[in-house]
Amino acid sequence: MDFIDLMQLVVYGLVLGSILTLGAIGVSLLFGILRFSNFAHGDIMTFGAYCAFAMVSGFHAPIWLALPVGMIGGALVSVAADQLVYRRLRRTQPVILLISSFGMALIIRSIAQLIWGPQDRSFVKGIQMPIHLGDIVVRPDHLWIFGGCISIVVLVHLFLTYTRMGKAMRAMSDNMDLARVTGIDAEKVIICTWALGGALAAAAGVFLAMDSRLTPMMGWSALLPIFAAAILGGFGKPYGAILGGMIIGVVSELSTAVLPSAYKPAVAFAVMVIMLIVKPTGLLGARR
Amino acid sequence: MTFELSGLASYGVFLLTLAAIYGVLSLALNVQWGMTGLFNIGIAGFYAIGAYTSAIVTTPPSSEHLGGYGMPFLVGLLAAMVMSGLIAVAIGVITISLRSDYLSIASIGIAEIVRLIFKNEDWIGNGVRGIAGIQRPINDNPLVYLGVVLVILALVYLAIEQARKSPWGRVMRAVRENELGAQAAGKNVFRFRLEAFVLGSVVMGLGGALYAHFVGFVSPEAFEPVFATFLVWVMLIAGGSGSNKGAVLGAFLIWIVWSGTELLTNLLPAGLTTQASAVRVLLIGVLLQVILLRRPEGILPEERPHVGASPASSNEDEDEAV
Repeated sequence: MDFIDLMQLVVYGLVLGSILTLGAIGVSLLFGILRFSNFAHGDIMTFGAYCAFAMVSGFHAPIWLALPVGMIGGALVSVAADQLVYRRLRRTQPVILLISSFGMALIIRSIAQLIWGPQDRSFVKGIQMPIHLGDIVVRPDHLWIFGGCISIVVLVHLFLTYTRMGKAMRAMSDNMDLARVTGIDAEKVIICTWALGGALAAAAGVFLAMDSRLTPMMGWSALLPIFAAAILGGFGKPYGAILGGMIIGVVSELSTAVLPSAYKPAVAFAVMVIMLIVKPTGLLGARR
Repeated sequence: MTFELSGLASYGVFLLTLAAIYGVLSLALNVQWGMTGLFNIGIAGFYAIGAYTSAIVTTPPSSEHLGGYGMPFLVGLLAAMVMSGLIAVAIGVITISLRSDYLSIASIGIAEIVRLIFKNEDWIGNGVRGIAGIQRPINDNPLVYLGVVLVILALVYLAIEQARKSPWGRVMRAVRENELGAQAAGKNVFRFRLEAFVLGSVVMGLGGALYAHFVGFVSPEAFEPVFATFLVWVMLIAGGSGSNKGAVLGAFLIWIVWSGTELLTNLLPAGLTTQASAVRVLLIGVLLQVILLRRPEGILPEERPHVGASPASSNEDEDEAV
């Protein structure tokens, strides 16, 4: 294992990390505002990816057009789940919502499987010509994924910083009661948060499916590293999710130098457990 | 030696045996979630540990996996419980004091790692090929095995019901309802939570062992891990979490509903038959949401002691705003 091999793994790690970042930002935003760990997040990723896939395979749409369609799909499912079920459970114990979202995960996955079938799908057909950067090899897909994720993260940052709704979301996340007193329409902010979280999940799903393969189980398998990333960065802190996602991505890929690659989720988990023991509030200090 | 029962009777025995095994799991989850409020969605992990342990301990020696040690059935069950318990202690010491959503994520991780280990470490359980030839006790008659499982279910029920009524069970409820209050009353909350986690995991391991001896075969994919976990949760919620009678009732009821959905999916048009499992999962998922929305306390709600002015009602959570 020389330096070039390690750098190659770091490149893969950054690609995986950017996907995890997108997923983790959604989880963190929802937690910040609703105090709710959404276990259906992974399956919303799957659903959004299938929506985009339907555009690509059905209408031969290019990926830059299919991606927003997938994101709209993810946002709609996310808002529908809230309006049909979560909204009515919001006043009960938070753990009831956890159980409900666990059930919601299976519902969304089953629907995706009923519509698109259980078989593996692939976004990219044929062989891609790799790009050589010195001795490091990069697939064109990887550039798309990394660039796409960075762009979306920047857009989210601008949205949270400069728009009225973005500011309202941050206010609700900081102090729900105070935000309400200032006249923020909480219900509207919650719906927008679900839509944003769902859209980000769907984008992560599309990129994950481009990186590997699209299967009904894809999103559920990604849930563990995504939550690991969110917790590492500080649960409820969207900016921490970027840090957490990148660390989990790079560490997972680097671990394949010494461990069978099947154990990648276990490595993500180990990093998370160590963080929880050392500093449970995460790198950027989540609220308890 | 094989025993032939008529079609319907043998299906009934099959159904009841699995329902009883799920009853054991549902009781185990009731110790963790219903009584103590520990959110474990890694049931399948301990279930698999129990199933594999008993398989390795009871099968005849084999070059394909660890062991086997050719021990009797009861030794297999005991080993399954001890092994699940030891692993639960190791995991619990690290994770048990986490907040409920962190604990639940940690429990997904544990189940996933257990699955990965059994899948990738061929020397333990023969990898994806699994371990076959696990014997039932006494003889191969399914009716005898149903009897064995029912006796064990009854013993587990009595033990856990005894624990629930004991001072230990009261502390558990206190920990669940008001952790700080329990601490202020001088209770070592960490120790009590750990005990409940380990006890529940031991019983989950037992359930896994009973399953392994029933089907005679274990493999990493034989459990449908996420789904088995989910079904146990639906059973406990439907029956009434906190109530042991409810846990058992929920297991039988939901298992019958789940098996009934199979009859329903047989009516699907031919093109959709490959999708039958997705339809069934969808139905059970919707059923859970309906229960949570309409009757979150379950069919047999937990019996609460009547104390002073606060009557035993199941709606005491309503003051929790958003």
